[in-house]
Amino acid sequence: MKRPRPPLFVERTAYRRRRLMDGARVLPVVGFILVLLPVLWTRNDAHNTANEAVYLFCLWLVLVIVAFILSRPLRAALMREERGTERQPPAAAPTPAAPKDEAP
Amino acid sequence: MTLNILIPAALAYVVFLFVIASIAENRAEALRARGLKPRFLRSPLVYTLSLSVYCTAWTFYGAVGYAARSGLEYLTIYFGPTLVFVGWWWLLRKLVRVGKAQRVTSIADLISSRYGKSNLVAVIVTLLAVAATTPYIALQLQSIALSFGAFAADQSLAPQQMALWVAVGLALFTILFGTRNLDANEQHHGVVTAIAVEAVVKLVALLAVGAWVVWGLAEGPADIMARIAAADREAWRIEPPRWMGLTLLAGVAVMTLPRMFQVMVVENADERHLATASWAFPLYLMAMSLFVLPIAVMGLELLPEGMNPDLFVLTLPHEQGQNALAMLAFLGGFSAATSMVIVASVALATMVSNHIVVPLWLRQRQAEARRDLGDMRLLVLNARRLSIGGILGLGYVYFAVSEGSRSLAAIGLIAFVGMAQVLPALIGALYWRGGSRIGAATGLVIGALVWLYTLFLPSLGAGVVFSATFLAEGPFGIGWLRPQALFGVEGMDPLLHTLFWSMMLNGLGFVTGSLVSFPGPMERVQSAQFVNVFDTDAANPESGARGWSSETAGDEVEDLLAMSQRVLGAAEAQSFFQREAARQGKGGYLPDPTPDFLDRLERELAGSVGAATSHAMIAQIVGGRVVTVDDLVAVASETAQIMEHSAQLEAKSEELARTARQLREVNEQMHKLSVQKDSFLSQISHELRTPMTSIRAFSEILMFEDVNGEEQVRYAQIIHDESIRLTRLLDDLLDLSVLESGRVTLDIQEASLGELIDRALRASNAVMPERQFTMHRSGTGEALRIRTDINRLTQVFINVLSNARKYCDAARPELRIVVHRRGRKVMVDFIDNGSGIPKQSQSLIFEKFARLSDTHKAGGAGLGLAICREIMQNLGGDIAYLPGQGGAAFRVSFAAELDAGNSKAA
Repeated sequence: MKRPRPPLFVERTAYRRRRLMDGARVLPVVGFILVLLPVLWTRNDAHNTANEAVYLFCLWLVLVIVAFILSRPLRAALMREERGTERQPPAAAPTPAAPKDEAP
Repeated sequence: MTLNILIPAALAYVVFLFVIASIAENRAEALRARGLKPRFLRSPLVYTLSLSVYCTAWTFYGAVGYAARSGLEYLTIYFGPTLVFVGWWWLLRKLVRVGKAQRVTSIADLISSRYGKSNLVAVIVTLLAVAATTPYIALQLQSIALSFGAFAADQSLAPQQMALWVAVGLALFTILFGTRNLDANEQHHGVVTAIAVEAVVKLVALLAVGAWVVWGLAEGPADIMARIAAADREAWRIEPPRWMGLTLLAGVAVMTLPRMFQVMVVENADERHLATASWAFPLYLMAMSLFVLPIAVMGLELLPEGMNPDLFVLTLPHEQGQNALAMLAFLGGFSAATSMVIVASVALATMVSNHIVVPLWLRQRQAEARRDLGDMRLLVLNARRLSIGGILGLGYVYFAVSEGSRSLAAIGLIAFVGMAQVLPALIGALYWRGGSRIGAATGLVIGALVWLYTLFLPSLGAGVVFSATFLAEGPFGIGWLRPQALFGVEGMDPLLHTLFWSMMLNGLGFVTGSLVSFPGPMERVQSAQFVNVFDTDAANPESGARGWSSETAGDEVEDLLAMSQRVLGAAEAQSFFQREAARQGKGGYLPDPTPDFLDRLERELAGSVGAATSHAMIAQIVGGRVVTVDDLVAVASETAQIMEHSAQLEAKSEELARTARQLREVNEQMHKLSVQKDSFLSQISHELRTPMTSIRAFSEILMFEDVNGEEQVRYAQIIHDESIRLTRLLDDLLDLSVLESGRVTLDIQEASLGELIDRALRASNAVMPERQFTMHRSGTGEALRIRTDINRLTQVFINVLSNARKYCDAARPELRIVVHRRGRKVMVDFIDNGSGIPKQSQSLIFEKFARLSDTHKAGGAGLGLAICREIMQNLGGDIAYLPGQGGAAFRVSFAAELDAGNSKAA
């Protein structure tokens, strides 16, 4: 049950958007590897708890910043998707009562 | 400070929460009455803050204790969620999308909904959640009791009594705001707003204590770093297996803990809020963890040994005489504990009432009267109120039994591992269509049993459930069944031991069970809707993923309305039915019971009572219309057929377009031919007319004028020459028409190609004999014997050679003749060193009457090359202009051995 395939090649902005989504998927993997990094350090004067803490909090901050940078365009992508799907279902007949899904 | 101040402060704080929650509820109610959505109450900020329910008293108090005992390991508990949120695009987005699409009310509901709306699975998850959350709630009660105790060790109020009163108070608050109404989406504005406020309180409290420690007690960050380095000890060394295992565990827990699922998925108002939470929630976690290590280090340094490090946040300012700060810290810890207890008990109560109480009640009712269900709303709400009380009671009992003796972090981790058992079924639900109900139930049961046996029950301490000998030697002395060294795995950290075995056996059970079982129709419908939730086609019921068959129905809609009124409330149900009727183009309150309608109604009810119950209730009324596997396959193949038809249509229209294109081309060609014919006729008339005119003129002179003998001979000569030209032209035309029509008879003989060329050269020397050509002959094929129409071929060669003689404009003309053989083809190239033929004329020269120079010197009518081409085509070959040879170049190619089948004539 396949509809017409999605296009094989897309124009520049859509391409950017997809790579951005790839980036969002790669980020936690990279983050996990970097979080595990202190495990590999041998303990000596240079690698004590204080330094490990500095490393881990810096890493944390970097993750937050990257996630912040990625979040805006991804959010825009979500909005675009929403608008895209709204067109899909057949337009419902005018409803006499309040619209469904209204937050109570 | 005494309890005389603390208790009023705590009470005042609770009153403050009450006020916040009721304001939020009332505002949401007012907006709803005006048909608006509460925008601020459902903003990304509130969403992110409500997620902070992840940070409980364990974080507030326990993290410092954890850091004092094990160094940086406490960070793993926050790295896990950070990574999960930073990677929201992968998992959380799908989880939230599915949750909203299916209107799930809890994690148990999600799992049960995916596995065929099976109540069995829902019950397993619910029991697991209750078992795992009980110690967690106990942890909160313990932390509150401890914090009271820290201030007032000498007071008469025992921690247990204190905890009891706290539990009762929390139960009241939760019942008031958590079960106010039976919402269609199971959302609680008051609770969420209160949680968001509490998130701010605990963050501010912890940051205040931290800032005071760093800048008040110590001398700034550099000093603190030095103190941390000085306090470093062996126990703080990072243990690789625990570091990795706990990070993973925390990442799993943030998705599966009932309270996290509640705020993250169920209370989510807009999927886009996740984008904000993806960075804001990790930031919150970072802020919460930032000062933990400094507080721990200063506590170890300044406080007397033997003090519980879990309470450093409180005792450090208290001992230093900072009473206001201590009070703030107390309130922060209090808020962290209360927010967790409230959300967790709301989430658990929803599960218990939807998956245990209501199904039981329905079954009992079913026996009595088939369709009279009474008012379900009150029943559900009461079930929830009771459940909340029960859950808090259980938490209190756990606290009382374990006597508050364990460290906070250890209790929290036990709960994490318990809820992590949901992970295989959850991942399978979202990504694997093959996951089945049997598999999910098997995996969950095995995982839960392993968790109970190896971690939960031993955690109660020796002698409570398992005796000390049981723990040390295993049941009946069977060593490899020892709870904390299963299958002989010894020396592993007990937590990792359980995590390893439970996840391993759980995953194995899930996969094996799924592989060997065959899913029912409902499971297959749901698996498609879950796994392909981003694929709008699959989510679209048209594609066959429907839970109801389209059999014609009787008069059950009225019963459905009656039943829905009891669940949703009269006004809500009626407006839903009216909307549905309007959607079908009908008036009134009774739409046709189409599968689409049933699906939507089921989803609507599921928002209140859970998927399994809602499905069962509708099935009870519409009876035999539950979809079967055959229905599914039939609908799917119907859809596939339609797709195939449309593909065929597309292919046909493409074929039509192709044919039309061909027709158009043919038409164009015909048109061109007609133009060509006209121009041919006019050319011919012109060519015939010129000699005719001179013949007529001179014959008239001869007839009418007096001409002497000498002139007579000259005129007669002209007439003769012109008539010869006419004859030659007519001969050529005749020849051409014979060749073109293909009726030519070929005289096939055998000859040497070299001789043939010699002959042609001799014959062509008669043309412009005054020009001397330097000849170059090369190529391997001259000795070749060929079998073809020798005379015709010679005629072509002569023509080409004569043209070269006539038109080569070089001062020292040269001519090369190159013979190649390629397979059965022979190619003879004639190349001169003149200026060649301009590109735009190259395609013209083989046309009839084409002459590049309009001079008469060519002596022909411009039919030579046209005839050559016709001859070569009759000989199964071709003549073509060869560009890029440094002069005019013609390539004559033909078959070395002409048999009948090769020629155009045959």
